[in-house]
Amino acid sequence: MLVSTNVLSRQPALRSLLAENGALAALVVLAVALSLLSGDFLSVTNLLNVGVQAAVTAILAFGATYVIITGGIDLSVGAVAALSAIVLAWSATSAGLPWPVAMVIALVVGLACGLINAALIAYGKLPPFIATLAMLGVARGLALVVSQGSPIAMPDAVSHLGDTIGGYLPVPVLVMAVMGVITAVVLNRTYSGRAMYALGGNEEAARLSGIKVGRQKLVTYALSGAFAAVAGIVLASRLASAQPQAASGYELDAIAAVVIGGASLSGGKGRAFGTLVGALILAVLRNGLNLLSVSAFWQQVVIGVVIALAVLLDTLRRRGSG
Amino acid sequence: MSGPDEQDTPPAPEPGRPEILRVEGLGKRFPGVVALDGVDFGLRAGEVHVLLGENGAGKSTLIKMLSGAYHPDSGRILLDGAPVEIRTATDAQRLGIATIYQEFNLVPQLTVGENLALGRPPRRFGLVDTRRMHEQARELLARVGIDVDPRTKVAELGIARMQMVEIAKALALNARVLIMDEPTAVLTTTEVQRLFAIVRQLRDQGVAVVFITHHLEEIAQIGDRVTVLRDGRSVAEVPARTPEEELVRLMVGRPIDQQYPREASSPGAPLLQVRGLSRAGAFTDVSFELRAGEVVGVAGLVGAGRTEIARAVFGADRYDSGEVLVDGHRLPGGDVNAAMAAGLGLVPEDRKGQGLVLGADVGENLGLVTLRRATRGGFVDRAGQRKAAGRVAAQLGVRMSHLGQEVRTLSGGNQQKIVIGKWLLADARVLILDEPTRGIDVGAKVEIYQLINSLTASGHAVLMISSDLPEILGMSDRVLVMARGRLVGELDAAEATQDSVMALAVTEVEDARVH
Ligand SMILES: Nc1ncnc2c1ncn2[C@@H]1O[C@H](COP(=O)(O)OP(=O)(O)OP(=O)(O)O)[C@@H](O)[C@H]1O
Ligand SMILES: [Mg+2]
Repeated sequence: MLVSTNVLSRQPALRSLLAENGALAALVVLAVALSLLSGDFLSVTNLLNVGVQAAVTAILAFGATYVIITGGIDLSVGAVAALSAIVLAWSATSAGLPWPVAMVIALVVGLACGLINAALIAYGKLPPFIATLAMLGVARGLALVVSQGSPIAMPDAVSHLGDTIGGYLPVPVLVMAVMGVITAVVLNRTYSGRAMYALGGNEEAARLSGIKVGRQKLVTYALSGAFAAVAGIVLASRLASAQPQAASGYELDAIAAVVIGGASLSGGKGRAFGTLVGALILAVLRNGLNLLSVSAFWQQVVIGVVIALAVLLDTLRRRGSG
Repeated sequence: MSGPDEQDTPPAPEPGRPEILRVEGLGKRFPGVVALDGVDFGLRAGEVHVLLGENGAGKSTLIKMLSGAYHPDSGRILLDGAPVEIRTATDAQRLGIATIYQEFNLVPQLTVGENLALGRPPRRFGLVDTRRMHEQARELLARVGIDVDPRTKVAELGIARMQMVEIAKALALNARVLIMDEPTAVLTTTEVQRLFAIVRQLRDQGVAVVFITHHLEEIAQIGDRVTVLRDGRSVAEVPARTPEEELVRLMVGRPIDQQYPREASSPGAPLLQVRGLSRAGAFTDVSFELRAGEVVGVAGLVGAGRTEIARAVFGADRYDSGEVLVDGHRLPGGDVNAAMAAGLGLVPEDRKGQGLVLGADVGENLGLVTLRRATRGGFVDRAGQRKAAGRVAAQLGVRMSHLGQEVRTLSGGNQQKIVIGKWLLADARVLILDEPTRGIDVGAKVEIYQLINSLTASGHAVLMISSDLPEILGMSDRVLVMARGRLVGELDAAEATQDSVMALAVTEVEDARVH
């Protein structure tokens, strides 16, 4: 016997949004708490600052969302981000190429790293963890080789990417928004996006339904690589220089953001919006702890605990309703 | 451990034996669905109590509350007259309740032996005693009568053997109450008879058995009493001898005039030709053809190679030699996409492992095969996909709260309708159905048969593998019989009978050392 589920849909939109998305509820709670604890938190400058801090993680995390939806993992994104930025800076300065060309080369490098990951995974049958761990080493190493271990200045034109438009809208936030929209569209509307969910949910069922598994994995990891390149460029432009050790460990933040946002590491679940919320939670938390002058050491402890709590709450909430 | 075979068989159970288990007014809701709405049900020692009801009537939900998988919202469960709380599977085990679920709970990556000993492997010096584990597994497997090496990975077994392993696993618990949710859905007559022999033996020892099936002819054979569920309520309790028509009426609320409404049309040009297909260890020199407008049934025992052939023809697996032609054009081996492009479709036997994305919703699953076709310039027409999904779901009578319901939470029979539905949408010209009506109730089966009729009427062809012999006989125009990886016979619909098919199915194929 069926009764309709109208109870939820009759509630105000915001409440049902919060009910369906534990991460968003957590973000709201966090923001309210911080605005009570610190007068500075809600200022426009501070919020834009949070946005800028979230941008690099969020862009990496959007890329990781594709991979995690297919049930894979990409540990190489931080290293690929650094390598792409180094390649950009090096091509524009040492090699003297015009900066737009250098930018394209950097994106191609990111894309290529992703394709190599995918080839190892889809055709070489390596577990994603191993393939991308290897790529992490290779990309980080190449970044050091190309830069000879020291930072390279970014071309001026590219450094403006770290600025603001009209004096208030930071370009990194804009890039984050654009990458987020792209991700949402790819996941919801395109063939490859829908195929990723099927692949992550049940690879054999997807294959027997005519989805070309290998090809879709190429698309998935290539997107992750390209997004990593964009993140690397944004990060380097903010710092005005490309650094071979930049973005170390960012892959873990990215993965955490995706999972906090409601994705499942076993695949088949995940959304662009959730990932954005996950990245914002991490950034708000760091920002808030700074405002409250919590020591950097304790910050790590708190963030670790919050990641565990956020995912735990989400799991419990789902189990309760399922 | 006292094996059941050690005891003498006491006479059949006299009515009025003590009631072990009783449920009263049991209710269970899920978001958007009332799954159970007041079920009363009593189980005596030494009886086989059949639960009967349409897909989604609440049978599996009921037994999941006895096994500790779900907790009831209302009502109570009495064991030996005293109310009990069954919160976890461990509680159920402690109370002597063993359950064989409709959807298998085996760990595919582990071996058969490991699965059988899961949670309580024999130990020696704190380590798992592998030798003893395999010995025990071999005994259990021999008891259910399947010839499987305990070191085989479960993932490599076909669905029927997985079912037998599940049965063996439950038997190992030596429970007082044994619950079996559609254990015969994928078994052929031979295994069913074997299972019934075991069940009768247990019953005679005083074990209380709850038995769920959609095969009505089994009820009189194995059952003592029948409780009928409809829309989450227990509506009747009748003796198992009750005529099938009456059972159907109680269950569906209306009679079914014709269980197998096959309307044969004269066959047209050959659509699918299979010539000399072989793969070492699976099948040998298999040739047959399928003409437009035909339904060809494939019968055989478990392990005869029927599923293997189907998968090879569809390109899901490779073959060593031979060829597959569609419309006279040769297909490359092992290429699902080429097969699909040529107009082939396959509804696989293992819905959980190969047919469904359990975590995705009904609409997504129904649209999976047609995803490519619904894509223009990289973008999917999702509105169109939803509309088509809604149409086919209505056609098949899928019982769901809405298209956004996760397939995992559908009842077993309704999940099966989804696997069929996604291929109906694909409009494949040659559709291979492997156990298509597994777990589907009698009423919904007729709907599916009618859809098969309309496929063949429009010039499509259907190859139907089924362990349900009456279904093969009732719906096929021709019957192919396989034994030990070979095609051992072909019978016309008119001449095929249960006996003639079975006689062929047990053919000993000389010099064919395949297993
Ligand atoms: N976890 C769940 N969440 C939501 N709905 C559920 C859940 N489990 C079961 N249901 C719903 O409860 C109803 C009863 O399902 P159940 O599995 O008990 O049916 P059944 O009688 O076993 O059917 P079948 O013959 O197809 O196996 C169905 O409508 C099903 O969709
Ligand atoms: Mg069921």
